[in-house]
Amino acid sequence: MKPVNQKAWLLILPVVVCVAFSAILPLMTVVNYSVQDIISPERRVFVGTEWFKAVMRDDDLQGALLRQIGFSVSVLLVEIPLGIALALAMPASGWKASAVLVLVAISLLIPWNVVGTIWQIYGRTDIGLLGAALAKLGFDYSYTGNATHAWLTVLLMDVWHWTPLVALLCYAGLRAIPDAYYQAASIDGASKLAVFRYIQLPKLRGVLMIAVLLRFMDSFMIYTEPFVLTGGGPGNATTFLSQYLTQKAVGQFDLGPAAAFSLIYFLIILLLCFVLYNWMQRVGTADKKEAGHG
Amino acid sequence: MALIELDLAHAYGANPRSDDDYALLPLKMSFADGGAYALLGPSGCGKTTLLNIVSGLVKPSQGSVRFDGVDVTGRTPQQRNIAQVFQFPVIYDTMTVAENLAFPLRNRGVAPERIARRVGQVAEMLELSGQLHQRAAGLAADAKQKISLGRGLVREDVSAVLFDEPLTVIDPHLKWQLRRKLKQIHHELKLTLIYVTHDQVEALTFAEQVVVMTRGRAVQVGSASELFDRPQHTFVGHFIGSPGMNFLPAEAADDGLRVAGHRVAAAPAALRGLGPLTLGVRPEYVTLAAAEAEGAVRGTVTRAQDIGTYWLVTAQVGDDAASVVRARLGSHGPVPKAGDAAWLRIVGPRTCFYGADQNLVFEGAAA
Amino acid sequence: MDDRRWKKRTVFLVLYLVFAILPVYWMVNMSFKTNEEILNVFSFWPRNFTWDNYKVIVTDVSWYSGYINSMIYVAINTVVSLLVALPAAYAFSRYQFLGDKHVFFWLLTNRMTPPAVFLLPFFQLYTTLGLMDTHLAVALAHLVFNVPLAVWILEGFMSGVPREIDETAYLDGYTFPRFFLTIFIPLIKAGVGVAAFFCFMFSWVELLMARTLTSVNAKPIVAVMTRTVSASGMDWGVLAAAGVLTIVPGAIVIWFVRHYIAKGFAMGRV
Repeated sequence: MKPVNQKAWLLILPVVVCVAFSAILPLMTVVNYSVQDIISPERRVFVGTEWFKAVMRDDDLQGALLRQIGFSVSVLLVEIPLGIALALAMPASGWKASAVLVLVAISLLIPWNVVGTIWQIYGRTDIGLLGAALAKLGFDYSYTGNATHAWLTVLLMDVWHWTPLVALLCYAGLRAIPDAYYQAASIDGASKLAVFRYIQLPKLRGVLMIAVLLRFMDSFMIYTEPFVLTGGGPGNATTFLSQYLTQKAVGQFDLGPAAAFSLIYFLIILLLCFVLYNWMQRVGTADKKEAGHG
Repeated sequence: MALIELDLAHAYGANPRSDDDYALLPLKMSFADGGAYALLGPSGCGKTTLLNIVSGLVKPSQGSVRFDGVDVTGRTPQQRNIAQVFQFPVIYDTMTVAENLAFPLRNRGVAPERIARRVGQVAEMLELSGQLHQRAAGLAADAKQKISLGRGLVREDVSAVLFDEPLTVIDPHLKWQLRRKLKQIHHELKLTLIYVTHDQVEALTFAEQVVVMTRGRAVQVGSASELFDRPQHTFVGHFIGSPGMNFLPAEAADDGLRVAGHRVAAAPAALRGLGPLTLGVRPEYVTLAAAEAEGAVRGTVTRAQDIGTYWLVTAQVGDDAASVVRARLGSHGPVPKAGDAAWLRIVGPRTCFYGADQNLVFEGAAA
Repeated sequence: MDDRRWKKRTVFLVLYLVFAILPVYWMVNMSFKTNEEILNVFSFWPRNFTWDNYKVIVTDVSWYSGYINSMIYVAINTVVSLLVALPAAYAFSRYQFLGDKHVFFWLLTNRMTPPAVFLLPFFQLYTTLGLMDTHLAVALAHLVFNVPLAVWILEGFMSGVPREIDETAYLDGYTFPRFFLTIFIPLIKAGVGVAAFFCFMFSWVELLMARTLTSVNAKPIVAVMTRTVSASGMDWGVLAAAGVLTIVPGAIVIWFVRHYIAKGFAMGRV
């Protein structure tokens, strides 16, 4: 068991100050707006939970929410295994390791609007490599006209963009496994599959939890890339939650409903992440009891 | 169980030119079947490299390793049937204790009933029987090390068990329990055990034969008493013993043996004409003597510590700061205080003389 | 047995790298073309190779100052994030204290709000503090999402180091700072490298806050790139060139931390 030490608060105080300073004040402001009707800067009326009710009653919200959940789940299902596989395939040392690291990390470094722009061109059948290739292969590919194609393109773009995040986390996690484990496994006559199952995967639990939560959160809030690529279309096929929020807020010119929606949005993510987090913790508690934790 | 013979050297780079390029200077050594050996030395001396060469985790850049006469230099640890226990416990977190112990046997396709029996036997030997169905990850460090050891012992035909400073992360008050357990296992199973450590107490209590190493070279192989009474090299004299051997510059001159500038005793015939020597004598063999006695030097006591079972007296015997002699004197009998002048007998039957290459040339008093 | 497995892994790796690089290649391709060619011609290599797009960026001060501004506030943010996160992660990893699990989760919740939520309050806050249009403002604002991430990543790696190592070090007479710097941090090198790179990356690409809090002096490159739309339409070529150039600092960062990330867990004395 970890020793109890209340003085540890001193170590986390800088972090709490930094984050609270940046987070709590704005959050209080948002809560403030969400319960008021701001007709003009001077005239504010307290309306309690009215905005919240209005937002929840909105039919379009349900659609956007379902689309969003579908998207985030798909993202996790593809990116997590792919990221692990990539991390296992990346060389562990030498100049090749450095070169591969740089190549893999490139997609993370591109500003998100540029990512959307690249894929916009990339997916066009007339001037883009992907589009032209698909057209050549006989597909009637159109991410602007066909809802399924749009979905798949947005998903593919996200996989291209963010799988390296999972891969880098797993790669670092793999490097943190002491050689002695592999040596002992070799002495015990373990197969490569056994090494993956009994040594690598358990030791990756920590970083995988971070990867899953991060990708879930970020994909749930995704805005720029799909907006630039498809504009939410065709129709509202790829209009996910954050774009929906922006449409509402911009349309309303009213901070009240927008603030209320932001809070609901935040609470949805919070709830889902909390559930995910606790589930993963329970699955991994026995391991955390080892060396230094629990 | 196997007789292990080494005839090798190991260098880091491709073309070693000087001694510094070698991790292990050329050596020839053998470990008898069923013997308990320790590789003792300070950090960086090459003992872990040597251990890894025996186990097969490292391939020597030159030379060979033989098990029972068979050249195994190219074989993996698994093929050599080695078991190794590392500095920190290496266990499979997701498995129970029993599953951990069974793992090597399962990988070899051994029948389940035999596995269960064998696991039971090993668990009993290591006093883990009560914890067989607990998750290995939740146990304390010493239990985990026992599991690591157990995975090695569970194979009945294991050729040798190698230990790389296995007690490093164990609580001090549990170390002696584990050490005792290791000796017990050695006694029962008669396995070849090779134990790497930088702690002389561990080495001397565990092993029948200790290999003292420094900077890539094995300077002496011997039993505890051999290393203590007849160190073949100044390093052994210095490293073994608490505190280590006293060293003073000496020379066999015409008028006798001169130590730290004074004539001390008659010079043994074997030492004459050998040039500058180093005299080595253990604090345990330094005694108080009468003034001007044969074989004694005059010194000024700088410190006298009461250790409990003995007194540790430190005296300055020469002009330069390095000429210091430490003596372990019994509590009964006179003990000088700091500031006193004292005569200390340093030349006696247990005094060793070392040449310029640090190797032993003569032991004893004047013939 | 090993060779076959290695072949499969290498094939998979090469396939993925091709998948990853092709869109980037297309962007590089675009950056050397004129806008007309981009929009009208499908070509693997520019028919009329031109440096013009890059010239625009390199010569226009509002472009290259964008890069410099970004690098400044990202550097400040990365350093501060790591400095405050290291002790906090250590505390979460090694000790229990009142509210520890809740604070740990609360940290992550700060990444769960759509950034749009922070815009107005931040605008008001930094205006009040007189920090508008400064690098410091953006660096501080980005702490909201980078510090929790750094703490989470570092805590994960720190918990992988057995507590016995801490105890052995104290027995050997190490003071805490010396232990932390010479023993502990080298053991979690991979975590530090990854945390540093992610802080850099998320701060580098963040657009909304950076654009809201700056106007002229500290305008970052991401904001500059959004004004590539002119009367004649989108300036694809310049945007592509700018995109290519934004990769460079990040590539340099990962090059520098590569040893941290790729280094194994080196423990043990001979």
